Order: sequence, then structure tokens, then C-alpha cells
Amino acid sequence: MLSEASFARLPEGKKLLRGIREMELPGPVCLMEVCGTHTMAIAKAGLRQLLPEGVELRSGPGCPVCVTPAGVMDGVLALSETPGLILTTYGDLMRVPGSTPGDDLQRRRATGADVRWVYSPMDALELAQAEPDKQVVFLGVGFETTAPGTALAVLEAQRRGIKNFSLLCLLKRTEPALRALIARPDFRVNGFLCPGHVAAITGAEAFRFLPEEYGLPAVVSGFETGDLLAAVYALLAQIRDGAPRLENEYTRVVSPQGNPAALALMEQVLEPVDSVWRGLGEIPDSGLGLRKEFRAFDAADRFSFSPGQRVENTGCCCGAIICGQLNPQDCPLFGTACQPEHPVGPCMVSSEGACAAAYKYQGVEL
Amino acid sequence: MCLAIPMRLMEIDGNDAVAEVDGVRRKIRVDFIKEPKVGDYVIAHAGFAIERLQEQQALDNLEAIREVADAL
Repeated sequence: MLSEASFARLPEGKKLLRGIREMELPGPVCLMEVCGTHTMAIAKAGLRQLLPEGVELRSGPGCPVCVTPAGVMDGVLALSETPGLILTTYGDLMRVPGSTPGDDLQRRRATGADVRWVYSPMDALELAQAEPDKQVVFLGVGFETTAPGTALAVLEAQRRGIKNFSLLCLLKRTEPALRALIARPDFRVNGFLCPGHVAAITGAEAFRFLPEEYGLPAVVSGFETGDLLAAVYALLAQIRDGAPRLENEYTRVVSPQGNPAALALMEQVLEPVDSVWRGLGEIPDSGLGLRKEFRAFDAADRFSFSPGQRVENTGCCCGAIICGQLNPQDCPLFGTACQPEHPVGPCMVSSEGACAAAYKYQGVEL
Repeated sequence: MCLAIPMRLMEIDGNDAVAEVDGVRRKIRVDFIKEPKVGDYVIAHAGFAIERLQEQQALDNLEAIREVADAL
């Protein structure tokens, strides 16, 4: 699309940046993004370093790999050892450690577990069809962006009668997590850069609760540098004017009501369930599980999956980073014990994690 | 894994499609796109087109941003 390049190299970018830097704000401002793709795009653009003093941009619980707790990973690692089972996963999860340092799916694979990387849940389904004597489990992590495709894979498995396919459903919902975050006594965010690709599915209106119930500015944003500048400018202008509202900067993709076909499929296959988040703990209705008509495809039932009770590594600050309490550089392990080559926490593993982004684009200050 | 990128639909066969970005082609599903057509740009994520890119909305948005910037 011709216009996409215009957002990447927005001719008005410099003017907007000047507007951001010269904005008269009532006090220090902390903005939060809650999407792994935003985390990476912001780091790559160097936007954080361009903002004026008193305007801070933090990462929130937007990376699906990062919010999956260590205990769940322990359960996944144990599951991978099931004889005759092929565990399929997005690449990001391969190196997320459980509660034991260095123990991850990559290591389990090296020692004999059949763990395979897939790009899409449909690849896992096709693998199941090709390997009828094996049990193929797909690790379904992700937010609303990922949920419709995951749901479709299950529906297809049912339609095609692929009985050796199952889903370990670890999907999460954005809204309950944001509400839990806002309810924390240490919450100090003044506005949200809302996730454009979650909103592509849910619709921009799904974020209206932020200004209406909490008085928090909310701007749905795209992912090019120009999008980010326009969205940050809009958030700061709302804060300056003391007029919080919902704005949609990503209109080329996000409609007010979202994608009806994707939403209908999610509704058909999935239902809200309580879910545990790294850093945030258990939040009611914050996850998505299979509806009872599709329980036959639930890997948790089929293999008696049980998440471990052990918690994260001592010293790892991923939980606090996910909640926006700390920046990656505040963690004592950042860049020393924890690096992309030997990550301690998930935020350093995932290509969209806040620590990985900070390490890659900002480097380590010694 | 949540990374989603604009891709152009090159071939469509029912709900299966081939999409391209920067010369890289990849099979994706287009179940969630109403009446997909070859040449459409979509946002592709984990093997699925999650939404169509609307050129007219993009142009309108660029115009709106221009107005904001020009007023600065």
C-alpha cells in the first residue's frame, strides 16, 4: 500500500516531535503501551530518547510470552516429555525458562523431547494430519489478535475430524489485565497507547472504558514511527487539555467495532476463564479457554496438564517490568546475568519483550 | 510472535491465500476478511489475515495529521 511508507517516514514527523517537546503539560507524564509490537517499534525508532524530560513511555503487560508465568512454563516443560507427543509452539516460547534457570523447551528438545516451531496454529493442525500416530499439541499463547486464528484451528480440527490435535489454551484478554493494573495502588500511568492489532479484532470501542470509567486518555495507534508520533502527540494534547477521550489513530486497520467474523469465531469456540499473569497474579476472566463443545480438543484435559506452583527466578524483575513499575535497565540482572544469549526472564527472551527491545536498541550502560 | 505486518494478497483459493511482503511469500488464511481480492493489502499475523488495510482511511488520516502538524 502506497500510504504505508508515508506513515513510516511521516513528512510532518519533525513538526509533531517539536509539538511533543514544546507541549506545556501540568506535570510529569507517564504513558504506557501494552503491545509487544509497540515495544519493539518504539525502541527501534528511538522514540523514548526523543521525548522531553518529564514524559516517560513505559511498557505494560503486552507481550504474551512475557505474561505467561514460570509455573505454567514448568507444566509445559513436563508436558513436552510425554511419550508420543509433539509439542508445537511459536518460536518465542522456545527459550522461555520455567522456574529452573536454563530449563526451557530448547533444552528439552536437545535432550530428546519432540518440540517443533510453527508459524501458525494451522501448521500444527497440518502436522497432526501428517502424523496420525502422534499426539500434536499446540501451545496457544497470545491476546485477542491471536485468539481468532487459534479458535479457527480448533474448529478446523473438529470439522476435519483430526482427533490427535489439541490446544493448550493460554490465551489472554487485554481489558481485565488493564483493569487489574489500574487498580494497583502503585499505578501511576497517565495515558494508554492502545494496541492497534488487538483493536483490529476487538474494535477501538473496546478501549472506551479507559477514558469513561477511569478518566484516562486512550489512543489506538499503528506501528510506524509516524503513527507513534501522532499517537503520543494526541495523548499529550489530551493530558494538557485535561480532556481524556478515546481516539483512533490507526483508522486504516481499526474500525470502531472490530472484525465481526473474527469476533464471532472467538465467541463460538472460546469463553472467558480466570487466568494467572506473571507480575499481576490471578485475574478473573482474563484468559480464554475452550467452550465445552470443544473440550475434546483441550490439551489440559487430555494430558492432565497442571501448572507448577513455583515462581519466577530470584532477582528477575520481569513481573515488575510487565506492570510498568520498573524499566528494563532498573533490573540488576539486565545486560549482565540476563542477556539475549542466556536470558533469565521472558522479557529478554521474546522478540517483543521490553528487555530484549531495550538491550537491542538502547544497549547496556556500564 | 504478536508481530503483525502488512502483506499483499497474490493468490486466493477459498480461505487459503498466498501473501507477499518484500519478495517473501507465505501461505495465510483469509477467513476473517470479507470478500478478499488479489491485490488487497492485509495485516497478517501468525498465519491469518486479521484485517484489511484501507487506503482511503490511510489518506484521510495522513490529511488529519497534516492539519494537526500545520497548526503547530
